[in-house]
Amino acid sequence: MTGQWKKPAASGLQVAVHIGALLPLLWLSVAITDGRLGGDPVKELIHYLGMGAIRLLLLTLLVSPLAKAVHVGQLNRLRRPLGLWCFAWATLHFAAWLALDLGLDWSLIGAELVKRTYILLGFSAWLVLLMLAVTSIPALLKQMGRNWKKLHGLLYLVVILACWHFWWSVKSGWIEPAVYTAVALALLAWRYQAVARWARSFR
Amino acid sequence: RKSLTFNPHEPAPDLVLTPQAKVISHNNFYEFGTGKTDPAENAQRLRTEPWTLTVEGEVEKPGTVDVWKLMGEIGLEERIYRMRCVEAWSMNIPWVGFELGKFLKRFAPTSRAKYVAFETLYDPEQMPGQRNRYVGGGVDYPYVEGLRMDEALHPLTILSVGLYGKTLPPQNGAPIRLVVPWKYGFKGIKSIVKIRLVEKMPPTSWNKLAPQEYGFYANVNPEVDHPRWSQASERFIGPGGLFAVKRQPTLPFNGYAEEVASLYSNMDLRKFY
Repeated sequence: MTGQWKKPAASGLQVAVHIGALLPLLWLSVAITDGRLGGDPVKELIHYLGMGAIRLLLLTLLVSPLAKAVHVGQLNRLRRPLGLWCFAWATLHFAAWLALDLGLDWSLIGAELVKRTYILLGFSAWLVLLMLAVTSIPALLKQMGRNWKKLHGLLYLVVILACWHFWWSVKSGWIEPAVYTAVALALLAWRYQAVARWARSFR
Repeated sequence: RKSLTFNPHEPAPDLVLTPQAKVISHNNFYEFGTGKTDPAENAQRLRTEPWTLTVEGEVEKPGTVDVWKLMGEIGLEERIYRMRCVEAWSMNIPWVGFELGKFLKRFAPTSRAKYVAFETLYDPEQMPGQRNRYVGGGVDYPYVEGLRMDEALHPLTILSVGLYGKTLPPQNGAPIRLVVPWKYGFKGIKSIVKIRLVEKMPPTSWNKLAPQEYGFYANVNPEVDHPRWSQASERFIGPGGLFAVKRQPTLPFNGYAEEVASLYSNMDLRKFY
């Protein structure tokens, strides 16, 4: 047994990823119309979307260690849908902040982006995710060759930025962000050789 | 919750109150958890009856009062105030209570009384946040707060025992809490058991936790941002759902500048935030 799965099994898991990432959004839309987001629904919505994005980010990084551990290379096919869903959630998180919290007041948005380090960190992470999402078109992958890998290694940076953004955004209680940061660091440590190789590729 | 007898406050015709359901479900009371709905979920079994409040320190007549008896005899009045949280949201709340200054004078403060220190109930058995640092957000309990004497004696400063015409629910700080409308909400210490008049500036909980972010004064000030977010505007929590939320400019001293700005006329409010 090589442990290789047949294609249908892998696409079954892909369907599961799509459903798993979509269902909470459907729940969210019901919660919004029902007024179930509590007294300060904007804050709650932004937090919910941000937490979803960071979990999807960690799941994306969990795929290759998992694929190696169970010797199922086909699992790596899940990285693309997970990564794209992470981008989708991060975009909704960012859009909710822009439109609902700051009411598209561009002067305030500009000031906040410049003045608040944690917002700048989150915005930078989102910009990188945007680049990665745009270049995730399969045709571009071939065309970009080695540069594609170089670019997509930036996900290592994104996970650090995202955890930092989370940590600084909370009023108090560092334990929850600390747990996410520990998981992120463990996932990076597991692939430290790949990370080091990626870092060297910029020399 | 019991009904209270009080002198009602006629609000300005354009004033929009925060619905009672939101006032009693969206709370910061870290003794019962750091989530906004945790206090409403976890505080319901707090034993608020009987409840005594001790006043001591620099007073000629220290004493302990039965808070429930006090509610019946002191003469309650309604005060509709905007509550501005340091997290940049606000509510308009009809409190019921009495002036702190009038109450303190009963105990005859001495000339050495320069500050007032407040303390919340410390009872880890009833308060999960005091048992567990993770639940309690890392705050050093009991929760303590303080005011300068002139702030405490200002007629806008009240001890509240109710809202929307009835006694306080536990999540809002039953049976007695402080309300200082020109300061950020965290100054409004809840479920008070002790008031001590002192000579030196007393420690305050959020200042102890993060001194560079929360000062002793904590006056609402749109010009002085929190290090991690802007204080120039706030989300008003009013009626309606997600898309009814409105951001409004934050006013100096939360709109009470005319009454209180003179208390700070010689102070650099950027330094004494």
